[in-house]
Amino acid sequence: RGPRHFNLELLPDAPPGVPKEGTDLLRLYHRFRALDRNKKGYLSRVDLQQIGALAVNPLGERIIDSFFPDGNLRVDFPGFVRVLAHFRPVDDDDSGMRDPKQPEPLNSRMNKLRFVFQLYDLDRDGKISRHEMLQVLRLMVGVQVTEEQLESITDRTVQEADEDGDGAVSFLEFTKSLEKMDIEQKMSIRILK
Amino acid sequence: MGFPMLVPFSPWCWLLLLVVLKCSEASSDLNKSTNSTAQHEPNVRFAAASSEADEKISVFALDYDYVQIPYEVTLWILLASLAKIGFHLYHRLPGLMPESCLLIIVGALVGAIIFGTDHKSPPVMDSSIYFLYLLPPIVLEGGYFMPTRPFFENIGSILWWAGLGALINAFGIGLSLYLICQIKAFGLTDVNLLQNLLFGSLISAVDPVAVLAVFEEARVNEPLYMMIFGEALLNDGISVVLYNILIAFTKMHKFEDIEPVDILAGCARFIIVGVGGVFFGIIFGFISAFITRFTQNISAIEPLIVFMFSYLSYLAAETLYLSGILAITACAVTMKKYVEENVSQTSYTTIKYFMKMLSSVSETLIFIFMGVSTIGKNHEWNWAFICFTLVFCQIWRAISVFALFYVSNQFRTFPFSIKDQCIIFYSGVRGAGSFSLAFLLPLSLFPRKKMFVTATLVVIYFTVFIQGITIGPLVRYLDVRKTNKKESINEELHIRLMDHLKAGIEDVCGQWSHYQVRDKFKKFDHRYLRKILTRKNQPKSSIVSLYKKLEMKQAIEMVETGILSSTAFSVPHQAQRIHGTKRLSPEDVESMRDILTHNMYQVRQRTLSYNKYNLKPQTSEKQAKEILIRRQNTLRESMRKGHSLPWGKPAGTKNIRYLSFPYGHPQPIRRDPKVADFTGDDSSDSELPSIMFKPYPRTGTLKKETQEIIPMKSFPRGGKPCHFGYPRNTSQEEHVGAGRREALRPKPLFHAVDEEFESGEESEEEASAGGSRWSAEHRPSKQYHRSHSPLLQRK
Repeated sequence: RGPRHFNLELLPDAPPGVPKEGTDLLRLYHRFRALDRNKKGYLSRVDLQQIGALAVNPLGERIIDSFFPDGNLRVDFPGFVRVLAHFRPVDDDDSGMRDPKQPEPLNSRMNKLRFVFQLYDLDRDGKISRHEMLQVLRLMVGVQVTEEQLESITDRTVQEADEDGDGAVSFLEFTKSLEKMDIEQKMSIRILK
Repeated sequence: MGFPMLVPFSPWCWLLLLVVLKCSEASSDLNKSTNSTAQHEPNVRFAAASSEADEKISVFALDYDYVQIPYEVTLWILLASLAKIGFHLYHRLPGLMPESCLLIIVGALVGAIIFGTDHKSPPVMDSSIYFLYLLPPIVLEGGYFMPTRPFFENIGSILWWAGLGALINAFGIGLSLYLICQIKAFGLTDVNLLQNLLFGSLISAVDPVAVLAVFEEARVNEPLYMMIFGEALLNDGISVVLYNILIAFTKMHKFEDIEPVDILAGCARFIIVGVGGVFFGIIFGFISAFITRFTQNISAIEPLIVFMFSYLSYLAAETLYLSGILAITACAVTMKKYVEENVSQTSYTTIKYFMKMLSSVSETLIFIFMGVSTIGKNHEWNWAFICFTLVFCQIWRAISVFALFYVSNQFRTFPFSIKDQCIIFYSGVRGAGSFSLAFLLPLSLFPRKKMFVTATLVVIYFTVFIQGITIGPLVRYLDVRKTNKKESINEELHIRLMDHLKAGIEDVCGQWSHYQVRDKFKKFDHRYLRKILTRKNQPKSSIVSLYKKLEMKQAIEMVETGILSSTAFSVPHQAQRIHGTKRLSPEDVESMRDILTHNMYQVRQRTLSYNKYNLKPQTSEKQAKEILIRRQNTLRESMRKGHSLPWGKPAGTKNIRYLSFPYGHPQPIRRDPKVADFTGDDSSDSELPSIMFKPYPRTGTLKKETQEIIPMKSFPRGGKPCHFGYPRNTSQEEHVGAGRREALRPKPLFHAVDEEFESGEESEEEASAGGSRWSAEHRPSKQYHRSHSPLLQRK
């Protein structure tokens, strides 16, 4: 199916927030096809791992994982778009007119935060345990930092966010600790508008 | 602000004194020598007692005349280099003012010394020397370091802005000044229209790249960066072309009866000169790329070829009165892509550094000369002319920026904001180009040349110092960054994580550009150009082994510092540490914050970075290596423990991890199992697997089997001034060659390291399930390389 015949029927049940305009979607489709080396019609981990820049990103593997939720081995185009939709810039007038009965758009602040949360929370138990935090910290920090320093930083991080004292950071606590940050701006990619 | 650089100041303060003494001594000798009539050594110190007519052999004599010019030139350059060292020692300075400031100050200093000691300065700068020797390196460097992809993506806007901007500025300033000159009160009525136009053209030659370093940390976005770069690149060329045309006009019609035919001819000449120059440049670029295809056995002449052909393109264009500047620029741009593939790594580094060095020398000399002529008696100060020049420069630049960008914004997908336009307006700093052109005005045609020179100097000083120093704060102000908020450790960590995440997703999205044209060009490039101009794949064995050696050192260090010990990645301790809520003192928190800020990995810079005077070392490369090494280790660890990979892949699948790119023959080469003995001796000849790369055919495509290829693309070359700005994503291209070639050089980098680790840890686990096998291809020929693996004392 060539790009010219591409139409929106491919995304029958796309949640709101997925871009529906023609050109952006087309570009994403081009990109999807370019990444899909064997023209399988879906992307596997290998395809994403071949993006060189991701290999030198400290969070490269986790980012790739986020494209394959629930242990899937493949991601098709709607799934691809769904993940990227989290990064659409937020239009200010979107939130005003939103119909409260519709599910939240994928690029809302809550959903963006949820996306980040699942980067930390590998076992999907809804909480970032101390160990998970430590692992993330280890990924992001250079080699000169000793283990003790990492541990104490982890302790401090969890301690700052943890309110109910269970030694782990739940999603609500996570959201609360970041309430002052401009998530919408940080997690928006201009070209996905 | 204080000047804590007083301490480093003192060593070269002494040197400065030495220089002064030398100069004054030289000048006094010079005076003596002009008085002597002897043909031979003028100064005879240890003369014989008898004063015979014929001279005795002098034991000690001084001949300064002989070496004067090179001696002084060398001293100047050395002085400027010392000043640069001092400048960079105080590391906040480069962010405060552009380096041109420093060069001007040094020039003024030298000028003061020369003036003070009444020394006759050597005739370094005259028209032919400037245009033949000093200008080409500067332009070549600009063209060579220009990032190609963003340039061509924005080429419409760049041409529109640079071309029309220069013209508008030149004619605008010229005409306005002419009107001013008509006013009798200022005493300028003898300056006619042509002279004013010429002055306008030379004063509109900006050098905005000089200020780039100042607001580099503001991370200007890529199109803005390209605008500034592109303008700097083309501006010189256009000014010189205009200058030459107007000089021709001035010579032709001394009495200002220029007919419209001449004007039309002038315009046509302008276009022909420009386009012709570019055409010449492209041809020479292709020729030189073609020649480098055959130089693999004599790689020492590769830099020579590159430089000579570029220079030749300049000279050839100048012969035909075409624009040499545009020719050399086009040559550099064309040549760069193919030459980089063909030449050896050392030649590549040599070319880059030598280019920087040459252009730096040229620019230094010009600035010093500028300083020399500042402090001299050859000035003519006319208040009206100078003030109005300054004023009109700013006004016309503002007009051209805002008008031209308003128009071009209509056609761009990502229009430039007002903030960007303000930055472009304010970065209109004049540089060495304007001064040179003013200095080389022929006195016969320009009786008031001194006034022009003075005015040019004032404009340069004003823009470089005042605009150069204030542009930093201005950009930071416009940037509206909340940097001074103290964030909690939590926030810092999460912010950095989100930055990485965003960078990663941006990489997944890839670069969006005008597909059609670019793809077409890429196809053409692959099908024809690349076949002709680049080498057939040859084993670059010397490079491979060199890289292996380099990488090994780092790998050794990493292991020895205990980073990659297996405990670092172990499963969580079963017994969780029981920690009460320790009350951490603020200092602890501070120190933690410090640790985080200094040690967290930087987000991959997607914006370009260019420094005119320096080639910055690659800090991100080290970071990338660490990340990759660590990643490999985790993968191997999890494999080894028999865990299924964290992402749920069953361990038994046929996931052959290849670390090299087994184009054509994905043979899983077995390693030699004898990896038992590791000595610390580098030269030990242990039976270790040899890593031999068969460089893949450039136009080949990957065999599409189920291979997991750990990608290592977009590894920057060491020392490349443009950082990861534009990963030429291979996944975007069907032809693997184009993208992978980026990784050709650094490929052994990574492979080597891992190989070493592998041999250390996995010797007993060759047959580990799921196999982290990787292919190292044997090459049972004379180029059999043994990899040294002195590594890996297991901690």
